[in-house]
Amino acid sequence: MITFALTFAMGCFATGLLLCLFRVIRGPGISDRILALDTMVVNAIALLVLYGMRSGTQIYFESAVLIAMLGFVSTVAYARFVLRGNIIE
Amino acid sequence: MSLFLIVLLPFAGALLPGLLIRAGRNVCAATTGAVTATALLGLIVNAPAVMRGQSLTARLDWLPALGLNANFHLDGLGLLFAGLILGIGLLIILYARFYLSREDPMGRFYTFLLLFQGAMVGIVLSDNILLLLVFWELTSLSSFLLIGYWSHLPESRQGARMALTVTGTGGLAMIAGMLILGNLADSYDLSVILTRKETIQASSLYPLALVLILAGCFTKSAQFPFHFWLPHAMAAPTPVSAYLHSATMVKAGLFLMARLWPVLSGTPEWFYIVATTGLVTMVLGALIALFKDDLKALLAFSTVSHLGLITMLLGFGTKGAAVAAVFHIINHASFKAALFMTAGIIDHETHTRDAQRLGGLRRLMPVTFAIATITALSMAGLPFLNGFLSKEMMLEEAAHTAWLGNPWLVPALATAGALLSVAYSLRYLVHVFLGPERDDYPTRPHDPGFGMWAAPALLVVPVIVIGIYPAVAEALVNTTATAVIGQDPHVHLKIWHGLTPALFLSVVAVAGGALLLSVQRPLARLWDSTPRPEAKTMFDAAIAGLAGLGNRVTDGLHNGAITRYAAIFMVTVVAVGWHAYGGGALGAETRALSQISPVAWIGWAVLVIATLGLIRYHRNRLRALVLMGVIGLIVSISFNYLSAPDLALTQLSVEVVTIILLLLALNFLPEITPPETPPLRRMRDMTIAAAAGLGAGGLIYLLMTRDFVFGTISDFHLTRSYKGGGGDNVVNVILVDFRGYDTFGEITVLGIAAIVIYAVTEALLDSPVRRRLLHRQPGHALAGDAHPMMMVIGTRVLMPIALMVAAYIFLRGHNQPGGGFIAGLVASIALVMQYMASGFAWASERQRYPYHGIIAAGVLLATATGVGSWLADRPFLTSNFGYFRIPPLKEFELATAMGFDAGVFLVVVGAVMLALESISRMARRQDNEVSPYPMDIDPARETTPAKET
Repeated sequence: MITFALTFAMGCFATGLLLCLFRVIRGPGISDRILALDTMVVNAIALLVLYGMRSGTQIYFESAVLIAMLGFVSTVAYARFVLRGNIIE
Repeated sequence: MSLFLIVLLPFAGALLPGLLIRAGRNVCAATTGAVTATALLGLIVNAPAVMRGQSLTARLDWLPALGLNANFHLDGLGLLFAGLILGIGLLIILYARFYLSREDPMGRFYTFLLLFQGAMVGIVLSDNILLLLVFWELTSLSSFLLIGYWSHLPESRQGARMALTVTGTGGLAMIAGMLILGNLADSYDLSVILTRKETIQASSLYPLALVLILAGCFTKSAQFPFHFWLPHAMAAPTPVSAYLHSATMVKAGLFLMARLWPVLSGTPEWFYIVATTGLVTMVLGALIALFKDDLKALLAFSTVSHLGLITMLLGFGTKGAAVAAVFHIINHASFKAALFMTAGIIDHETHTRDAQRLGGLRRLMPVTFAIATITALSMAGLPFLNGFLSKEMMLEEAAHTAWLGNPWLVPALATAGALLSVAYSLRYLVHVFLGPERDDYPTRPHDPGFGMWAAPALLVVPVIVIGIYPAVAEALVNTTATAVIGQDPHVHLKIWHGLTPALFLSVVAVAGGALLLSVQRPLARLWDSTPRPEAKTMFDAAIAGLAGLGNRVTDGLHNGAITRYAAIFMVTVVAVGWHAYGGGALGAETRALSQISPVAWIGWAVLVIATLGLIRYHRNRLRALVLMGVIGLIVSISFNYLSAPDLALTQLSVEVVTIILLLLALNFLPEITPPETPPLRRMRDMTIAAAAGLGAGGLIYLLMTRDFVFGTISDFHLTRSYKGGGGDNVVNVILVDFRGYDTFGEITVLGIAAIVIYAVTEALLDSPVRRRLLHRQPGHALAGDAHPMMMVIGTRVLMPIALMVAAYIFLRGHNQPGGGFIAGLVASIALVMQYMASGFAWASERQRYPYHGIIAAGVLLATATGVGSWLADRPFLTSNFGYFRIPPLKEFELATAMGFDAGVFLVVVGAVMLALESISRMARRQDNEVSPYPMDIDPARETTPAKET
């Protein structure tokens, strides 16, 4: 059962990735793209965790933690760039 | 004194004059003189042994694998030359003390002079031809400094450049020739080479080696057609001219011809190349000298002529001629150095050295006149002076030499050379000292002080003594000639040989020369009106042509467009890859493709679509950056999926840093990249890029579907990782241990790169470009809050967590995924967050250690770790490890590699932060308010500061 659930969840998140990619490419605005990228990062974390559960190893959790901890920094940087131009002022 | 010491003394002493000039000019000159005198004394101590027929050797293996040994050897030839170099050098030092004016930096002069002296002594004492080449190039370099000493004068700089170009080019040819010679003789030691005459001359490479070596000798000794640099080198101060062109630099070529005479001479090639060149140079140089009004130019061309004479004698290849050559080297050095000094005295006292403006100086400058008369008559070859003796020997040898079966050609031309020599020597006296006194000298001429005429007066002594009583020079000539021809010639030098053909030719030369001088003025007008090839213009044109060609090639390859570099690189790689693919055999597929899960398919699709999107939208820079973020994310996940957690962690953190760096740069760049190349070229570039990308992908596919022909090195690393490096994480053990030295190099490069970024942005800080960029109006309104509270609080909370994660990743790196590099990136992101949240000024105020220092500390720590293994008698960067137990903790492992990894950590943190800080500093403005608060709006504060606009 858990295998099925994991596979189903992974399929959903992977589809999510694809759909976000559509937003990244189509826009229309820059904020849509940045938001879509951020969502992709969240989806990637989910995929890594699910994949780790399925393979029964912890090694992927660390990558997931690292993405969770650092991934938002690029989103913030994009946002600052759009709002202020200079990201370190 | 040891030969090493004799050679090293001038080099070591070269440090002194530059320092002691502060103690005054006399101290400076005296010290320089003391250095040279000590070396000369050391040489003289060894002289008796050499005169007895022994030769001294000092050996030191320097790079024996290359055949390069620091062997020195003192025989008759070396003794003569070293004696001339040091002896005349001593006189030059004395003369220069009084010649140089107060404005001339004397310390520098003596430093250059000693460097040059050391290089010359090195040449003449070397027993290894590779070592000799080193000193040979050193003379080219140090003479460049000496000739260009008056660097404020354009002629001086041009003359120095010309001398360096010509002698340097010849030196390059000589390197090739010497390498061939060394190969033929199977040794680079002169003492061995000199015994291998038959082997060398029998080889088919002998002519090539001969021509290349002679190219070096001829350029150095200013032989036709390379003679043109010497007159231009006269722009140097007169002491330099007197030193370089009488006893030293130009004699280096002659020395080498004499040194290699036993091996290279005796063949028709040697005779026709060397004797002919010498003969042509002798006549041509003498002819030009006759028509030069500048006294130093006259002496320069007379030097060319006399060098030609000696070259010709060496070229004859007979033992008698070699003895005559050696004798003339001694005589020429003595009278020519003195003559150059008199020219310098005349220039110094009358402020002109133009023969047209001089005349009648005999009463005004009697001492100079006396010195000049004796030495010039010696140069002319009149009896009872030393020039006469060697000129007679030269004519005697010439009279017996046939050229292509023609018995009178060489004697006739030699006599013509001697005749011209008489003419210009007498002209030096007649046009300068005789004739009526004039009233239009630039200044009132008078004899200089004793200090200035002492040196040339001393040189007159050998001119007269050898001239009257030649037997005094016999021992020296015989010893030197023994070293050249390999046996004692037992020459008896005497003035009267009877009514020989040489005497007859000599009489013809003197009479003809005097006659020629009487018609010099009309001839000079004719000479000036005939067009002649001007060496300087030809040289300049050649150099300009070469420089132009160099520029075209360089500009063609480096036009500043990265597309061109990439195109050249890619086309080469594709071509080479295609060639290799076509030339090798491809085995059958041995590995089946593995199953791909649907999720992996989707990841692949996202990667491909994002890449295509990036290509499609790459002109919109921000959009391209967002798409790059997508690609980076998928790549990181792929690394995880393909079981490379180390790479995944690195990729993740590098992505974040890259995005921040690019966003900082984008702030200064336009939003859209305009197309700059025509569509056709874009198509071409696209084709190249596609070929390279698809080619690389195809090759990888072919590789991965087959088993490797050779076993992989993974097993090697897997089995040794724990035993050798004490770690389970092979990736980390490779980085800090197996390939630790590579990592050591890499972190150094990383640190240098960061410091270069700092330097470049530092230079841009004051540039008008930056000012323009800072004053442009943003395309859209900016949000008001520069340091929003949400972000400040969030990053503050996250910082200790991120640093803890970094520490964790660092500590476990040796056995599990992680290590200094990833930890460094994570730590720098934690710091950058603070810069972003609270601003540059606020954050850098709280940054206690400069990032440069952190980089340096990292490199030093890594070095110290590496050096530490020396203490245990192990090679650099050998790691050691052990297990420790501190009571409340469990047992843990400590490896020395951890120190090294800490160095990596520090360098990464320093480099990333320095780069980011440097670029963000560009956007700083003077009028930026530095807020004392971490955030602009803080509900805890009573009043809010004025918001930035």
